[in-house]
Order: sequence, then C-alpha cells, then structure tokens
Amino acid sequence: MQDQTNSHSSRIFAQGARDGIPIGLGYFAVAFSLGISARAAGLDPFQAFTASLLTIASAGEYAAFTLIAAGASYLEMAAVIFITNCRYILMSCAMSQRLDPSTSTGHRIGMGAFITDEIFGASISRDGYLVPSYTYGLASTSVLPWALGTMFGVIAGNILPSSVVTALSVSIFGMFIAIIVPPSRKDPVVMGTVLVSFLLSWMSAKIPVLSSVSEGTRIMLLTVIVASAAAVLFPVKEADDDE
Amino acid sequence: MNNYLYIAVMAGVSFLIRVLPMTIIRKQIKSRFIRSFLFYVPYVTLAVMTFPAIITASSNPLSGAVALAAGIVLAWFGGGLFPVAVLCSVTVFIIDSLL
Repeated sequence: MQDQTNSHSSRIFAQGARDGIPIGLGYFAVAFSLGISARAAGLDPFQAFTASLLTIASAGEYAAFTLIAAGASYLEMAAVIFITNCRYILMSCAMSQRLDPSTSTGHRIGMGAFITDEIFGASISRDGYLVPSYTYGLASTSVLPWALGTMFGVIAGNILPSSVVTALSVSIFGMFIAIIVPPSRKDPVVMGTVLVSFLLSWMSAKIPVLSSVSEGTRIMLLTVIVASAAAVLFPVKEADDDE
Repeated sequence: MNNYLYIAVMAGVSFLIRVLPMTIIRKQIKSRFIRSFLFYVPYVTLAVMTFPAIITASSNPLSGAVALAAGIVLAWFGGGLFPVAVLCSVTVFIIDSLL
C-alpha cells in the first residue's frame, strides 16, 4: 500500500518536472536580465544566486535590487517585498481552498514556499485536490534555472558590451508586460487600472516632491492607493458568483 | 548595509507571505475589499514598475517607447512571457544600434 502510494506520487512528480521545463527555460532567460540589476546593485554571483533561489520573485527581486542599489533600510526592504509579492497571499489563499483538508502542515509549507505566478498557474490548472508532488516536480526543474540565470546575469553582465546589457535589461519589463496585458484584454477594469497606474507612475516621476521619494516607496504608495481605489470602485465578484 | 541581511529579509518576507495563508487560513477570505485589493495589486505594481522605467532603462527614450508598444501588441495577441521579453530586448538593441 505504502509502495503503491510512493510510485503514484513519484509519477506525478515526474509529470510536474516535465511541465516545469518550459517554465525553467523562460525563467533562465528572464533571470539573466535580473542578474544585470543585481550586478548594478553590487551583488556578487553567489549572493545573486542565493537571493533568487530563496526569493523566487521577478518583480519583487527587481524592486529589492533597486533598493539595495539605493542603500535602503531593511524595513523599507521588508515593506517593498511585502507589497510586490502581495499577490502570493491571494494565490496561497486560493491554493488553500484546493487542498485535501488532511494535507499535512509540512506539505502546506512546502507547496507554499514554491508559489510563483507560473508554478501557481500550472498547479491550480489540474483538476481535483492539489497534489504536493506535482508542485514539487514543477519547482524541481524551474527554480534552479531561475537562480542560475540570475547568477550568470551577474557574471556575463561584466563581459557583454553595454548595448547588449541595455537591451537585455529591458527584457524584465517585457515579462511584466506579458503578465499585465492578457488580463487587461479580458477585463476593461484591469485595463483602466493599468492605464491609471502608468499615468500616475509617470506623473510621480516628474513631480519634484514625489520624484525625490525613493523608487521602492513610490511603487508601494502607488500600489496601495490605486489598488484600494479600484477595490472600492470596482469590487470583484463574490466567490459564489463565479461558481 | 549588508547584502546578506538584505537577502535574509527578502527571503524571509517572501517565505512568510507564501506559506502563512496556506497554512493558517483554512476558510475563504470574507472581506470583499481585501479580496478585491489583492486582485488588483499585481497589475498596479507591475504597471508602476514598467512605466516609465522601460523608457529610462534604454539608451534613448525612443527605443524604450517602441519596445513598450511592441511588447504590448505581442502580449495582446497571445505572446507568452519569454517571447515578449525577447521582442522587447531585440527592439531596443536594433533601434539603439541604428541611432
């Protein structure tokens, strides 16, 4: 019985590992450009590897490296990581609703630790209760390339000509665009929110008083203001309505 | 300021954010405001980080602006993370080398 359970879960792990490969390839390339920001912030290759392996967050790490470059306080770092990774709270809540109630706390912690946009998306797209081995499989082939990509970005960022580094440093924004555009296409409220965010972000970079505030703080303030306004004006449908 | 302390803060906060809700909250969040707020947060954060930073990150504003437009068009028509990221990079590289 025990053996049967183990072979079943190792087969699901293998499935997850296979599905994680394309995620890992994309991660490697994007993390490479993140490594360029890490290098600009003064991180060495090992520090960048460790930061990526333990944080696994594109937007969050990008914001964090910006803060390190600016010599921000640890409190500011904690606040910005909290804000930029706020969506993982929502994903973690969503995953909690899809777990077998008997799932152990150990597996809850293990699965939660690997939540990224893509790992969450792939995990949740399966029918029925979430299987921990599947999420671990996804992470096994995607998280290491993410960390290695960041490390190579720091190393090769030194070797590559500046025109190539500049071009690569833009790829992280390309990734952000690819995350925000498809939901904007589906939901006019999301599109409006994105456009208002663009506008306010641009204005706050221009207005003298606001532009003197650090970039991390500006990101945090604008996020709280715009997301609160959107939540008040256009509350999302109740969960029961979705069913 | 110590880089390893920064990394510890990054890793610690990210870990708690991901793990605590799944471990502690075992019911659906009731507050409609909080659920709505959490829904909009990622889009606002990413939008604020992307613009105007994409324009200032490139060597001249034109290449950044064109990369932004090209990325939006590709993503609109279904391009994934990786293709859109590549297109933005290539756009900036080509325009910067032409100017």
